[in-house]
Amino acid sequence: MSDTVVSDMQIPTDAAGAAPRPGSGPSTGAPPTAGRTVRMESKKLNFSYGPKQALWDISLQIPEKTVTAFIGPSGCGKSTYLRCLNRMNDIIPDTRVEGDVLLDGRDVYGAGMDIVDLRRRVGMVFQKSNPFPKSIFENVAYGLKINGLCARSEMPERVERALRRAALWDEVKDRLDTSAMGLSGGQQQRLCIARAVAVEPEVLLMDEPCSALDPIATSKVEELIYELKRDFTIVIVTHNMQQAARVSEFTAFFMLGRLVEHDRTEKLFTNPGQKITEDYITGRFG
Amino acid sequence: MNRTRRRKALSGLVVLLCGAAVVTALVPLFFVFVYVLQKGFSSLNWDFFTKMPKPVGESGGGMANAMLGTLYLIAIAALIAVPVGVIAGVYLSEYGKKSFASLVRFTADVLNGVPSIVIGIFAYGLAVLPVKHFSALAGGLALGFMMIPIITRTTEELLNLVPGTLREGALALGATRARASFSVMVPAALPGIMTGILVALARIAGETAPLLFTAFNNRYFSTNPFQPISSLTVQIYTYAVSPYDDWHRQAWAGALVLVAMIFVFSVLARVVTRRLERMHRT
Repeated sequence: MSDTVVSDMQIPTDAAGAAPRPGSGPSTGAPPTAGRTVRMESKKLNFSYGPKQALWDISLQIPEKTVTAFIGPSGCGKSTYLRCLNRMNDIIPDTRVEGDVLLDGRDVYGAGMDIVDLRRRVGMVFQKSNPFPKSIFENVAYGLKINGLCARSEMPERVERALRRAALWDEVKDRLDTSAMGLSGGQQQRLCIARAVAVEPEVLLMDEPCSALDPIATSKVEELIYELKRDFTIVIVTHNMQQAARVSEFTAFFMLGRLVEHDRTEKLFTNPGQKITEDYITGRFG
Repeated sequence: MNRTRRRKALSGLVVLLCGAAVVTALVPLFFVFVYVLQKGFSSLNWDFFTKMPKPVGESGGGMANAMLGTLYLIAIAALIAVPVGVIAGVYLSEYGKKSFASLVRFTADVLNGVPSIVIGIFAYGLAVLPVKHFSALAGGLALGFMMIPIITRTTEELLNLVPGTLREGALALGATRARASFSVMVPAALPGIMTGILVALARIAGETAPLLFTAFNNRYFSTNPFQPISSLTVQIYTYAVSPYDDWHRQAWAGALVLVAMIFVFSVLARVVTRRLERMHRT
C-alpha cells in the first residue's frame, strides 16, 4: 500500500497542513468553498466494506446550488463516498461508517434522521438508467406518490414540471401512458433525472450519469445539469474529466480512498496543488 | 473424408434419437387425449352441464354441481395460497439471505414433493377432525397447501431476475424497503408470477387424492364452505369405480371437461403472461 504517499497529501480545505507543490500558484490556505453556504458536509468520514476500508478521513464541503464533481481512478471511492451522502450503502450488509455526514448541519447518520426523509431530500441518479417497468407518467409520479407530496389532482402538473425540467417533456408529452422501457437510453436517463427532481430534493447525487450514453445524449444531460444547478445542489461522479471541467464549479480528486485535492474546478484543472492530481488530469496514469 | 462422413452420420443419429424421445413423450399424451375425447364427447350433452346427478339406478343427470364445486374449491385454494405464496416468495427474494430463509426455501421444495394424499391427510387432521365433518373449506385448504410452494418458488425466482438497480432507484426516491418490494419489484415480476399462479391452479385442478377425505363429495348443489362439496375429480373417481354403465359414461364426460378446464388455464397463463409482458417491455 502506498498509504504514506497519499496520506502525506493534504487538501486545501485543511488550511493548517496545506503543502503546495513547489512552483504551483499561490495558496491562500482558505477552503475553496469559503464564502458559500454549505449544503452538505462530511467530517473525517471513514467507510469500510467488511474488513476492507474504502474511505479514509474524508472531509469535504458541498456548497449550495453549485455542481461539485468527483473525479479519480476506478475504485478510488468516489462512488462509495457519494452513496454515503444519502445512506445508499446501508443496504449493503456488513459495512461500517465512522465520522459525520451533515445535511444542513444535521447528522445524516444520527439517531434523529429518518432515512426515508433523507433520501427524499438527497436524490440520486444512477450510472445505468433504471426506469421502473411502468408508464412514463407513473415513473415520474412514483416519488410524489410514495412520499405523499401532492394531491392526486396536482399530479399531472407536477409530472409535467419535472419532465420539463429534465428537458424531456416535448419528446414524451404525447406518450405519457406508454412504457418507460420504450425510451432510448438517453431519454431513460433523463426520465430518471425527472423522477429524482420531481420530489424536489435539496441535493441531487449523480453517479456517472453519462457513462452509458452516446455523445449527443451526454451533451443533453450536461446542459440539463447546467440548468438544474439553479435550483439544486448537484454532486456528480464522472470518469470524464472534460465533463467535470465543463459542468462543475468545484472538483474533488479522490485516490485510493482518500481525498487528494478539492478546489475550484478551473484552479484544479489549470493549476493543481498536488503533483499527483496533475499526473491524473494530464493522463499520465489512471 | 471418411471421418467427416462418420461425424455426419453420428450427428444424424443423435438428431434421430432426440426425435424418437419426443415422439415417445408425446404418444401417451396423444392417446390419452384422443381416448378421453372419443369416450367423453359422445357422452356430453346439455344435461351434463346443467343437471344434478340422478339417484342410483336412474339414468341421465349431469355433473353441474361437480363442475361448480371444482371451481369453488379452486377459488378457496387460490384465496389461501396466492397471498401466502407471493408474500413468502417476496420474503425469500428480498430479505432471504439468512439461514431462516434457506430453511423456508428447503421446506417449500420438500412440500412440493410431498404426495398429494399426504397433504390431504394433513388437511383432514387440521380441518376435518376437529369439527367432525367434511367441508369445502378443508378441501380448499388441502389444495391451497399444494399451491403454496409452487407459487412461493416461482415468485422468488422471478423476483431474483428483476435487476436490483430498480430497488435502489425506489429506495433513492424515499421508498421504504417494503414499499420498494411491493410497488416496484413485484409489479416488475408480475407476468411471471401470474404464470406461476395459473400453472399452480392447473396443477391442483386435477387433484383427487387430497379431496377424498377433506371436501369429500356431495350429490347436491352446495356453496356452503362448511359442508362437503362435490368436485369433478372425486365425482369421476366415484363413477368410474361404480358398476353402472351410465356412470362410466358420465365419468368419461367429466374427464373430458376436466381436461378442457386445465387446457383453458394453461392457455390463459400464456395469454396473460404475454399481455403483461407487452405492457412492461416497450
